[in-house]
Amino acid sequence: MPEEAQRGSGEDAVVIPIGTGGRPGRGTGSARPSSAARNLSSAARKPAAARPRPAAAAAAKPKPAPKKRAAAKPAVQTEAPPQEQPAAASLHEPTPRTGIPVGDWLAALQGAALEVFGDDWERRAAELMAFVRRRLEGDYEVDDYGFDRELTERFFMAALRPVAEKWFRLEVRGLENIPAEGGALVVSNHSGTVPLDGLMTMLAVHDKAHRSLRPLGADLVFKMPIISSLARKGGATLACVEDAERMLSGGELVGVWPEGFKGIGKPFSERYKLQRFGRGGFVSAALRTGVPIIPLSVVGAEEIYPLVGNVPSLARLLGVPYIPITPFFPWLGPLGMVPLPSKWILEFGEPIRTDSYDAGEAEDPMLVFNVTDQVRETIQHTLFDLLRERDGVFS
Amino acid sequence: MGRVVLVTGISRDIGRRFARAAAGDPSIDRVIGVDVVPPRGDIGDVSFVRADIRNPVIAKVLAKEDVDTVVHMSVIATPGSAGGRGTMKELNVIGSMQLLAACQKSTTVDRLVVKSTTTVYGSSPRDPAMFTEDMGPKRLPSSGYAKDVFEIEGYVRGFARRRPDVDVTMIRAANVIGPHVSSPLTNYFRLPVIPRVLGFDPRLQFLHEDDLMRVLRHAATHAVPGTFNVAGDGLLTLAQAVRRLGTPSVAMPRFAVGRLGATMRQARVSDFSPEQLGFLTYGRGVDTTRMRTDLGFEPAFTTAEAFSDFIRAVAPDVREGAGRA
Repeated sequence: MPEEAQRGSGEDAVVIPIGTGGRPGRGTGSARPSSAARNLSSAARKPAAARPRPAAAAAAKPKPAPKKRAAAKPAVQTEAPPQEQPAAASLHEPTPRTGIPVGDWLAALQGAALEVFGDDWERRAAELMAFVRRRLEGDYEVDDYGFDRELTERFFMAALRPVAEKWFRLEVRGLENIPAEGGALVVSNHSGTVPLDGLMTMLAVHDKAHRSLRPLGADLVFKMPIISSLARKGGATLACVEDAERMLSGGELVGVWPEGFKGIGKPFSERYKLQRFGRGGFVSAALRTGVPIIPLSVVGAEEIYPLVGNVPSLARLLGVPYIPITPFFPWLGPLGMVPLPSKWILEFGEPIRTDSYDAGEAEDPMLVFNVTDQVRETIQHTLFDLLRERDGVFS
Repeated sequence: MGRVVLVTGISRDIGRRFARAAAGDPSIDRVIGVDVVPPRGDIGDVSFVRADIRNPVIAKVLAKEDVDTVVHMSVIATPGSAGGRGTMKELNVIGSMQLLAACQKSTTVDRLVVKSTTTVYGSSPRDPAMFTEDMGPKRLPSSGYAKDVFEIEGYVRGFARRRPDVDVTMIRAANVIGPHVSSPLTNYFRLPVIPRVLGFDPRLQFLHEDDLMRVLRHAATHAVPGTFNVAGDGLLTLAQAVRRLGTPSVAMPRFAVGRLGATMRQARVSDFSPEQLGFLTYGRGVDTTRMRTDLGFEPAFTTAEAFSDFIRAVAPDVREGAGRA
């Protein structure tokens, strides 16, 4: 190959005195070089140097040519192509002139991999491939509730993290109140029209406390297509006494939002006013299993979708608790679905211990109501404290 | 002296295989198989008595053969084999009632094993993650197999109350799967393209056919009265199962799957029952704690292992050496 190139360039040199060896410029393969290519092709000695490695020339991106050499070109170029066409064809045929050579592709891929995965990209890329293969072959595990830990940690959490960090700028307090192991019940206020606060709490607990929060969801969640399967994969289960007790006695960290739809669907004017805490089923589940109750107060979620109206008739028709109307939705269409970037504070309160009670005392409704009120008051007061403390909704 | 076991529903593959396996058990003397039609396969040492459990003849069989253990497994899941829903209901419910009446009159029977199913729990979005034996369905089944089984279980409980001296064991088996099983669910997994309900990924639990044989034999040879969920450990989601199977699947809205199922039923391609649609939408899980503590039974196959055994039977050449144990 180099010999052939050498010979070719020798002959060409006779035919074209100041030419470019037939294929001016970058070896694009077109018979007529573009004006940019003509500018690029330089004095007689240049092609000889450039030709031995046509592949490299092909790969190189157009670089701005030195301006001083371009001046002499055009007149000579116009007559040159017809004469040297055959020689050039034979010269360049064996080399792939179009496209980028494999080596460069690999280098580019390697660069991209380094960019995406960091320094140990080989290991991480292999992990990703293995992950994809496992997903496609169904070779993964789910627990009794359908919790797909791998998918949740690799995918759901990764998708939520930027939202939490960049959009809502989550500030998490009182992490020491989450036990490192064993069952516990996180009880939180619920707000924001769309249960984003649940997702953010799951992420915060996962990232900061390194435990999986298992949310208990309303039965509507498990009735809706797509959402139901995502919920189960994300670790949720139905908010019923059986499941709550089973999870708590299995040593899971369980999250409940006892306000339910009354909480997330309340009008903006009632923000940060806790609604009724269900029927206290979560307290009796905690009493029966003897796990601590951790009150969680979330500030900031109320402002993401300020609910100013509702369409009860349409909601009834669709079988959902409410159809939200916010200052932006549905007026702005999909744009109205972007949550407002309020600043969030999550404060985990001191655990309320229930192990001093007898399991049988869960049957005592008065005790259950008292503990429920205690949890509710704790959260409400923390909410007021946090609201006083924060500078502004969006700061 | 060994036991004399009467097995109903012997014409079906699973009944026949259980009877054969029971005949080989050293603690069982004799096995008598009963059904309206003779079994198609080899029944070995099992003596076959052609009798319809829907009429009182069955009481005479019990008395004549000195039967002390009755294993009732002739409850059928689909009308396909019986020839219509009416016949199916009569076979299931009236047959069970007649059998229970005969057992109540009998002086020799001291043990009754009923093969029930976890289908009695139903499938709904309001289901707990795991059903224990004390729980019932969230909504009473209105038709089909689930209703039959629910009614039969009621009669069996009534019988257990009236004859406290008889050990009544009710085995609520999860969906049985295995190389030889032909059930609505295995037919579903054998379809060339598997229809799935869009947006739902139900949790499934399987029991391997060998484990079903073992647990029925265990119950027939041990006095363990009570109701027990029996299923392999762990769960598979439908998406997982389909991916492991390697069959293409298509997700469609629920009503379309139901319509397709009805069409397939009419075309006799597959028995796709309404309760199966619920199962394939919401799934079901049962708690098997009591199976271990009270019944003293340990399944040999987990749910995933049972399913991979089924996969090997569905397409042995494709998945040979695929490295999945």
